[in-house]
Amino acid sequence: MDNKPLEGLLVLEFSQFMAGPTAGLRLADLGARVVKIERPGAGEGGRQIAIKNIFVDESSLVFHTINRNKESYATNLKDENDLENIRKLIRQADVMTHNFRPGVMEKIGLDYESVRKINPKMIYATVTGYGNEGPWAKKPGQDLLVQSLSGLSWLSGCAQDGPVPFGLAVVDMYCATHLTQGILAALLKRARTQQGALVEVSLLESVLDMQFEMLTTHVNDGRKLPQRSTVRGAGHAYLSAPYGLYKTLDGYLALAMGNVAHIAETIGLSREPYQDASTWFSRRDEILQEFAKVLCQKTTCEWISRLETEGIWCGVVNDYHRFFEEQGFKESGMLQELTLQDGTQLTTTRSVYQIDGKRLYADKPAPKVGQHTASIVHDYLEN
Amino acid sequence: MLPLAGYTVIDFSQFLSGPLASLRLADLGARVIKIEKPETGDICRQLYTSDTILNGTSTVFHAINRNKESIVLDLKSESDKQIIHDLIARADVVLHNFRPGVMERLGFDYAGVREINPTVIYGEISGYGKEGPWVKRPGQDLLLQSLTGMTWLSGDANNGPVAMGLSVVDMFAGSNLCSAVLACLYRRAMQGIGAHVHVSMLDSAVDIQFEAVTTYFRDGKLLPQRSEVSNAHAYLAAPYGVYRTQDGFLALAMGSIPFLSKLLNCKSLEGFADGEQAFRERDNIKAILAEHLTTAGTGHWLEILEAADIWCADVLDWRRLTEHNAFKILDMLQQVTMGDGFRYETTRCPIRIDGERLTATKGSPKLGEHTAKILEELYG
Repeated sequence: MDNKPLEGLLVLEFSQFMAGPTAGLRLADLGARVVKIERPGAGEGGRQIAIKNIFVDESSLVFHTINRNKESYATNLKDENDLENIRKLIRQADVMTHNFRPGVMEKIGLDYESVRKINPKMIYATVTGYGNEGPWAKKPGQDLLVQSLSGLSWLSGCAQDGPVPFGLAVVDMYCATHLTQGILAALLKRARTQQGALVEVSLLESVLDMQFEMLTTHVNDGRKLPQRSTVRGAGHAYLSAPYGLYKTLDGYLALAMGNVAHIAETIGLSREPYQDASTWFSRRDEILQEFAKVLCQKTTCEWISRLETEGIWCGVVNDYHRFFEEQGFKESGMLQELTLQDGTQLTTTRSVYQIDGKRLYADKPAPKVGQHTASIVHDYLEN
Repeated sequence: MLPLAGYTVIDFSQFLSGPLASLRLADLGARVIKIEKPETGDICRQLYTSDTILNGTSTVFHAINRNKESIVLDLKSESDKQIIHDLIARADVVLHNFRPGVMERLGFDYAGVREINPTVIYGEISGYGKEGPWVKRPGQDLLLQSLTGMTWLSGDANNGPVAMGLSVVDMFAGSNLCSAVLACLYRRAMQGIGAHVHVSMLDSAVDIQFEAVTTYFRDGKLLPQRSEVSNAHAYLAAPYGVYRTQDGFLALAMGSIPFLSKLLNCKSLEGFADGEQAFRERDNIKAILAEHLTTAGTGHWLEILEAADIWCADVLDWRRLTEHNAFKILDMLQQVTMGDGFRYETTRCPIRIDGERLTATKGSPKLGEHTAKILEELYG
């Protein structure tokens, strides 16, 4: 796409691992030039953090997923000459992000107050685990730990389970959206005031925001704790029947919110016991069980055609094999191919934003450590 | 001054995804005007969770729609359409999450709106894109989770599909829309041009899974395998997971197995190595750990593990969390006041700018609360 919204902006990414670099990827896909500031040799810590122990072209597959469409500048932040160059880069950059623990940037003189003196228009954005103060300030800001501390793990699964974490780094990712929004809002303000800004987000505040609907319910319902259903497959601790996933003859069926009496009738039960809407929550578990007994008797496809005719919100429960074969997925164009520096082909996702009728693709692979040092020296430091 | 001070957002959206985007824009300083249909308004007003009603409306609506105004307009009435036209003419952002085709029929699709206001940022959320075989399906969170394979990532291997217990797809779709709108507002500030932004829930659901999706295609298209014990991530080796202790639970995010064996004095773990074995035999390793960790309380284990810099944490519920100083110090809750004086407690915006928390005191609007005021502004 021509004229991407952030074309011309320079972002220095001191961030490592997931939340900060995911925000960096968003900014890159929106058109910014994103340069990872990495230590020579090992580079960003995330290069060594693998899932399923999968490495390609010397870095973890996860690193390649999060860091495509970026450049890398290798530098030793403990070396005064290197720091002088970093300060020169900072003078010309628009945004910088980091997720060092409190105190690290102060020590090397790149904290916000110092950077503001070098470049008063800088948008300086930080990610912490739990904020800069308080009893958890020094705890590791890691996705599963934040899920566990925030109450999130009591929302999925059923009552007889212990805590059930979300099986994705959902806090890191949500925090990345907040970081992106904070940076963009600050850039917008800068366009009017010519002033830089400090943007701060934390994993803990992000996961609390993620629960904002339920937390608002909690603080206004006498502080009751979430009551997960005892029926396996139930989909939401705070929603009434029939919300959940049901076993069928050949798989599973998802039923979202709907008129329980109407659904009962559609699947061959009597309407009568389900007429009173106020019982859809109080009798949630019974209704789920009564529906489960019927729904396991036919195939998913049979149920869906019957339910859809009645306008009832339902759907299939796919695994990846089935989902990626679906025509609807293929037409989304959500995948793109990258060729890594060593020639390896990778299939990954594109940017989630569509702007001016176009999908945003960017097939530039993640950089090697220091791959762009020379061109960045040429573009910003030789003057 | 808040970053979006002076901007106006006209929001046609309902439920969670679109209204979440406009909530963020409101907290960043924009004036958000909800266009609601007569009598019922945003359907979310009646979407009760755990049967909790607050001042006549669902708590969910109060959480999502604070800091906004409400005008009641009938999209089918010609005179009301003229009012919408006049609102759009003065707006910076227009948002909706109707199914594809609805705004086209009303004449308020991007082409129509651009004729009224050429530099407007028009943002829309669809369920499954603007075309394709699924275009008419309901864009509902659980259905998207189920369709996209997401329900096979949480819970233990034998649990069947497990939904994530909140509307994650809606939330990411709304957040993504907000980011893209902000990026285009920036471009408008620099270049004076409008934009058409579109985010689908389908793309957002795939995007949340981008690590897993990329791994699937690299890994010979093997399906994600959840562990049988204490699953927390289908693709991570032991000990990653949450374990029961004598008096509660413990989350363990990493740790070398031989080291943990010594540190926790767990003899049965001797002989297990890190790396490939910790992944391949994670069910065994985690079962041994699970049994061992029930022999003492969470506090006991935390003390040992934290001293050795192992990444671990207690597992809290909201009661213990909200009583904890680490929560209190965030000031994450705020009191807001509705037009009729009713006050309620809810969360604030999670972003801080220049060291300030972004708080807002205005509660959610009653249906049509601002109709007269807005008409007065338009037509004096």
